[in-house]
Amino acid sequence: MRLLSDSIGRKVVMAITGLLMVLFVVGHMLGNMSIFAGANGINTYAEKLHGLPVVVWATRLVMLTAVLFHLVLSIAITLENNKANPTAYAVDRRLRATFAGKNMIWTGLLLGGFIVFHLFHFTIRSVPGMEIVQVQELSGRFDVFAMVAGAFGKGITALVYVVSMLMLYLHLSHGIQSTFQSVGLNNPKTMPGFVRFGSVLSVIFLIGYGAIPLAILFGLIGK
Amino acid sequence: MSAHATEHGTMNLKLIVWRQSAPDKAGRFETYEAKGITPHHSFLEMLDVVNEDLIKAGQDPIAFDHDCREGICGMCSAVVNGVPHGGHERTTLCQLHMRKFKDGDAIYIEPWRARAFPILRDLVVDRGSLDKLIQAAGYVSCHTGGVPDGNAILVGKPEADYAMDAAECIGCGACVAACPNGAAMLFAGAKVSQLAELPQGQVEAPQRVAAMVRAMADQGFGNCSNHYECEGACPKGIKVKFIARLNREFTKALFLEKIGAISTVKAASAD
Ligand code: HEM
Ligand code: SF4
Ligand code: FES
Repeated sequence: MRLLSDSIGRKVVMAITGLLMVLFVVGHMLGNMSIFAGANGINTYAEKLHGLPVVVWATRLVMLTAVLFHLVLSIAITLENNKANPTAYAVDRRLRATFAGKNMIWTGLLLGGFIVFHLFHFTIRSVPGMEIVQVQELSGRFDVFAMVAGAFGKGITALVYVVSMLMLYLHLSHGIQSTFQSVGLNNPKTMPGFVRFGSVLSVIFLIGYGAIPLAILFGLIGK
Repeated sequence: MSAHATEHGTMNLKLIVWRQSAPDKAGRFETYEAKGITPHHSFLEMLDVVNEDLIKAGQDPIAFDHDCREGICGMCSAVVNGVPHGGHERTTLCQLHMRKFKDGDAIYIEPWRARAFPILRDLVVDRGSLDKLIQAAGYVSCHTGGVPDGNAILVGKPEADYAMDAAECIGCGACVAACPNGAAMLFAGAKVSQLAELPQGQVEAPQRVAAMVRAMADQGFGNCSNHYECEGACPKGIKVKFIARLNREFTKALFLEKIGAISTVKAASAD
């Protein structure tokens, strides 16, 4: 039996890597909420976080592994599935499949693109045309707040982030409940709960993350 | 025309049917009139009426699979307006009655479509790949020789009910036809769950799940994306909880094998 090539083995790996990324998404959102406490809030949070290099680098390593496995397997699985069902019916009527479920590979690939862009934008800070003016607070502490507020002051940048969060929402509105089925926890009693949990959590991500660029763009914070 | 026809008023329908003369020939849709259909006709009887007209006109009748015509054999199979068996709850094509349609309706009729189900002729597909999965699943260890006492192996009522629910599968393949990935997980899940639930089936449970999963890939079935289209289309109400059980049985067997608690599970190829 093989974890990475048998159909269900790969499904379980997709679910576990997906869940690991969801855990990160939860933590990252909670951290980002500190921006609503103003410049001192998020800058203190950033300073504290980077005072824990072991935590930061361990997380990065786990996330890199998870993203790579998830990405490579998802492409392999999707190509195989397309080959297994090459002909569409003349009448396209689905009973249960959702828009989100049917477009996992596209929302996923856009998310993959967003992850790379986001790292170059705010972590490595070298996106051509979107250079970050590196500013420091009077204390010499790196000013994350100014960086984020400056970036999202531009409509196009805010739009890229909001659209990406819509992709995250779609991906996870199917993905979260799906993981419970993949690892074998589903039954008719638990399923409605898992589906609701997935919908609620993905909406929370959409609102939580989406609020940051929108609040800055419309001048609610950052002034 | 039958007595019913005059009693209930008949309907005329437009059928758009997939015609394909042989597996390696190109197919195409042809349009036919179904005239004088009563609400009491089953879908297959409606096709019989059309075929009689075709034969009288010297044309090839539409080939379709059928046997029991009472919803238990799993032979009937066609996708009606995009849904296998026509999309009414717990209804096989032979149990789908024409009262579900209205005079003047246009009905698209297509064969099951999946790589693992090659089309033989018109609406008839080769579902031998499902038999290959059953073969790969192997046998159940039990005593032979003298007739065993009926209650020698005790099975609890909930376990028996669960196994019976899974055993309701009639092997029609609608789950595969409905699956956007051409996967056979509902069929395999029902078989694996039915046997894994019972004492007799537990002996070879790890080998069985490993072999079936490998055989699904060998036969050209796809993977599960948890769309649950299969559950929607299944005429026997087989639930996707059996796919969850399949996933669980697989993961358990894989774990036991990796830690050395059971010997390496060899999944023999089905061919
Ligand atoms: C890197 C780019 C990504 C790609 C290409 C991708 C692609 C996919 C695809 C195609 C599926 C469905 C697989 C199937 O058909 O069974 C899937 C499932 C999933 N993805 Fe992604 N994804 C990506 C990133 C992410 C991210 C960032 C997260 C979480 C924040 C995530 C969470 C999930 C979850 C939870 C599932 C459900 C797993 C399951 O069904 O058990 N994915 N992904
Ligand atoms: S699970 Fe349902 S749809 Fe699939 S083969 Fe069995 S009876 Fe047919
Ligand atoms: S002909 Fe037997 S189930 Fe329909």
